[in-house]
Amino acid sequence: MTSLDCNKPETKSCGCSSGSGKKMLIPAIPPVDKWGHIKCRISDKFRMNYAVEPGLYSIGNPGESSPVLVTANYRLACDHLRKAMEKSSAWVLVIDTKGINVWCAAGKGTFGTSELINRINCTKLDTIVKHRSLILPQLGAPGVSAHKVTKATGFSISYGPILANDIPAYLEAGKEATADMRTIKFPLRDRMILTPIEFFAALRKYVWLILGLMVFMGIESSGILIKPAFVNSWPLIISGLISVITGSVLFPVLLPFIPFRSFALKGMILGIIVIIPSLLFYDKIYYGNPFLASASILFNITLISFIALNFTGSTPFTNISGVKREMKFSVPVYISMCIISSILLIIFKLQKWGVV
Amino acid sequence: MGCRLNYLKNVVSLKLNREKCTGCALCTDVCPRGVLHIQNHKVEIINRDRCIECGACSTNCAFNAISVKSGVGCAQAFINAIITGGEPECGCSKNGRSSSGCC
Repeated sequence: MTSLDCNKPETKSCGCSSGSGKKMLIPAIPPVDKWGHIKCRISDKFRMNYAVEPGLYSIGNPGESSPVLVTANYRLACDHLRKAMEKSSAWVLVIDTKGINVWCAAGKGTFGTSELINRINCTKLDTIVKHRSLILPQLGAPGVSAHKVTKATGFSISYGPILANDIPAYLEAGKEATADMRTIKFPLRDRMILTPIEFFAALRKYVWLILGLMVFMGIESSGILIKPAFVNSWPLIISGLISVITGSVLFPVLLPFIPFRSFALKGMILGIIVIIPSLLFYDKIYYGNPFLASASILFNITLISFIALNFTGSTPFTNISGVKREMKFSVPVYISMCIISSILLIIFKLQKWGVV
Repeated sequence: MGCRLNYLKNVVSLKLNREKCTGCALCTDVCPRGVLHIQNHKVEIINRDRCIECGACSTNCAFNAISVKSGVGCAQAFINAIITGGEPECGCSKNGRSSSGCC
């Protein structure tokens, strides 16, 4: 159904537009970029544009019988592959996933059957290698129907291990991956590496919340005043910031150790543990006001649970049916808790004004 | 450690049609959670609750022996879907600003 779609940058990079008699110049995969890795762990925007031009690349000195490894045009994926294959030679077929990693792109279908077929044809892979087999990352499997690719191109597909680092061992074993290589893990290191992105994403939204809160606290009968805006807001700003850190950093780190399976519930447990001790400083933080204290505590526990629930998308062990079920019971709870919290805050405000 | 990372019980939509299974074992290769196992030349579900509904097995089964309602296990995706009125999917498009570490 899909016609050949050699878009502009691709045609340029694979140089397959004309002159079939000439020897093609296939670029080496770009060197590993360590600074880029750090940046893409912090900035979403940077990561989204951290792409390699799709096309055929080489690692080492591949020949017509060297293996062909397929990956996404996400720079980090190419870097991992290059590092893992440092001592070997291979072809790397980089397919266009719009700069998204293999796993997510496969879920979305951009690391998919039609793009792979298209890229095999575009790069004239059949003229470069003698064999007819491709090695795909295992996590690309949700997007690719191996049998359809074979039918369309003649290339058979073997799914390699999950991690690029295991590829040499996989090749050595005659394209056999152990059960361990095939099972996804989520160790502390992997959970930690996600936290900066989670933190900044939560923080960006939190800034708006702070501004709203300050305006609310600043509202006096004589207009919006700066002093009450600061004085009455800061305890809530600080506790909110603690909640953002708890939800986006502490939660991922402690994930396997917090009881219950539901992320919303896990988050609520962690929220209670972190937020309740603030009552020790009842007079200082909440000015001894029960309405302010309960509004803040309720809201912060909700916030932590909500950020925790959002972490479902960053883990490799949640599923859509489960998230659906979680949302069903947690969203109504969140909304009610926010409403109660707002009412309590309004009562606090009315007390200040001497209305109540 | 891995054993602790289990999600909700009894929610998974994975279904097998053992009659259609030829025992090629490609599904056991692609499953990243060790859900499937070949027994007597037929596929068997051995860890149903570990399934993440990624759809790798069903997409790669040439014989339609496996079906699963696949999708992203991501709350943010559901929230985006509610806001935009679309299907729940990662906000990981080129122009869309992904707000979580969805990918």
